[in-house]
Amino acid sequence: MSAPKFTTLTARCVVLPVMDVDTDQIIPARFLKVTDKKGLGEKLFCDWRYRDDGSPNPDFVLNRPESQGARILVAGHNFGCGSSREHAPWALVGWGLQAVISTLFADIFKGNSLKNGLLPIEIAPAAHAALVAARTQNPQLPVTVDLHAQTVAWPGQAPLQFPIDPFSRTCLLEGVDELGYLQKFTPQAEAYEAAHA
Amino acid sequence: MSQSPKTLFQKIWDAHVVAEEPGAPAVLYIDLHLVHEVTSPQAFAVLKERGLKVRRPDRTVATMDHSIPTRGGYEAADEMGRIQLRLLESNCQAHGIRMYGLDSVQRGIVHVIGPEQGFTQPGMTIVCGDSHTSTHGAFGSLGFGIGTSEVGHVLATQCLLQRKPRTCEVRVDGQLRPGVTAKDIILAVLAKIGVGGGTGHVFEYTGSAIRSLDMEGRMTVCNMSIEGGARAGMVAPDDRTFQFVAGREFAPKGAAWDRAVARWRQLPTDPGATFDKTVTLDASRLEPMVTFGTNPGQGVAITQPLPTPASLSDPNERAGLEKSLAYMKFEPGKPILGQPVDVVFLGSCTNSRLVDLRAAAQLLRGRKVAANVRMMVVPGSQSVKQAAESEGLDRVFKEAGADWREAGCSMCIAMNGDQLSPGQLAVSTSNRNFEGRQGKGGRTVLASPLTAVAAAVAGRIADPRALLS
Repeated sequence: MSAPKFTTLTARCVVLPVMDVDTDQIIPARFLKVTDKKGLGEKLFCDWRYRDDGSPNPDFVLNRPESQGARILVAGHNFGCGSSREHAPWALVGWGLQAVISTLFADIFKGNSLKNGLLPIEIAPAAHAALVAARTQNPQLPVTVDLHAQTVAWPGQAPLQFPIDPFSRTCLLEGVDELGYLQKFTPQAEAYEAAHA
Repeated sequence: MSQSPKTLFQKIWDAHVVAEEPGAPAVLYIDLHLVHEVTSPQAFAVLKERGLKVRRPDRTVATMDHSIPTRGGYEAADEMGRIQLRLLESNCQAHGIRMYGLDSVQRGIVHVIGPEQGFTQPGMTIVCGDSHTSTHGAFGSLGFGIGTSEVGHVLATQCLLQRKPRTCEVRVDGQLRPGVTAKDIILAVLAKIGVGGGTGHVFEYTGSAIRSLDMEGRMTVCNMSIEGGARAGMVAPDDRTFQFVAGREFAPKGAAWDRAVARWRQLPTDPGATFDKTVTLDASRLEPMVTFGTNPGQGVAITQPLPTPASLSDPNERAGLEKSLAYMKFEPGKPILGQPVDVVFLGSCTNSRLVDLRAAAQLLRGRKVAANVRMMVVPGSQSVKQAAESEGLDRVFKEAGADWREAGCSMCIAMNGDQLSPGQLAVSTSNRNFEGRQGKGGRTVLASPLTAVAAAVAGRIADPRALLS
């Protein structure tokens, strides 16, 4: 089975510098009645993105002309907190995003993102502030992510290292299917069960 | 040579590692997998695509809670909700999974029925596609929420790939004063550490205040661990734990029970074991807590004024507080006491157990819900509902003017018909006050069942201690 891959990416970014964005904002619960993953991108940040009459809120970052085609979200501290819903990365990916840059990610969100080819990139607060400033100066700012080298860079910024656990990195680089990997341990699981019966 | 001292978490972790390859996360065995209608459809679809079976249906239990209407019956659900509920039914039937469906007298919120039926036991690893799986840690188990991909992994293999989290001791000593409850403890912990303070960690709650809590109180505390960013929260099992579990339908019986208790007594953290960090709180100084903002870490003692953004030096934190207060339509520096309330919600996996309903009913007895308030009481399970009715608690709520519903997540998640209208302010015993969590544009103040009743009676945010005799 094929799994999502990520190697390198150079793309424009959108900046949403709000702290503690919870997964209820990313995708409100009323859209969780779906039984597949389709269409969630249209509902991404729904209550911030659309006005009460359903029209796009022109002030919201995703609706600005320069945001169209962006592939990287620059988010605030503790992005993705709250509910475990995997619908959150499904919605982000559905909109077209491939990486999120923040100073901290909530644990469950981070795990869910990695499984969907959405790369969570954690950088230090000073670097994050510099990225936001550079993007403010230049709305077309190209940001380059190299997962092999574990770096993120933009014009004026030398490649910055970011942490990722080696297993997740390998899975994304090589498109390793995690369920397939787990299934290889069935004999060990059976032995465990026999020992604990 | 003696073994080095271990924490409760470390003991459970070590006992469940099936395999570990260099550079890869541990393969962790899962003892109990709880399933509900919202986060499982896409996982069952993966199994179908790959022609896989559920490996251990006997370790898998399903219920319907999130999208079911609390008015009762499939008919009350909308079309998508009905499709989702029917799909859970057919998936469970196809894979031989025990399911508490709409006609079950034991159906309820997944984190209420797990302990209630005796599925939840000390020392277990427990997962569910729901972040409040941390609740089960109250029994000295390792319970944590997972995403839908991982639901598929556990269905197919009964194992999960996990990186070992760090540990954090949350030590709460001292005796709670009257009118102050387990909910106030956890809201105070969250106010202290913030919503990201526990990220990367598992909490173990220790100290005399935690030991004094009943199992329901410990569940309330552990339930909201995730609101501090910790995937799991745990309390060492003790006699109170064993008494709660004893005799429940799926608890061990006879000689197996004795062996289990002997094993469970080995679980508490050894003297000398260390945590990666420690947070402390003095329970004797706590007052009833309420949240004022749009995350559960934004809480204050009910007698305190609302915080002022100008007092914060960090510009991001200041902007966050300004945004929260603006959404809540609260003025900085003003008291939160006296804010008019539209809705009171008593329910959710945090506070919907019989003990919660009893405490609320005791305070409400002989009083009336204010004319401007709609109060909803939603038992955590049909078993809780039945037990409450046999004690006459339903009559207390109904006579006071509250709405008495069927079990479910109800207004905590607002995807089942129960929700706030834009602008309404609710005092809720649930766990999340995120923007729109209880309905688009709705405003949520999190509080204990006692504080919720005080708000219902006064029609505004009120101190429950004024109602104590």
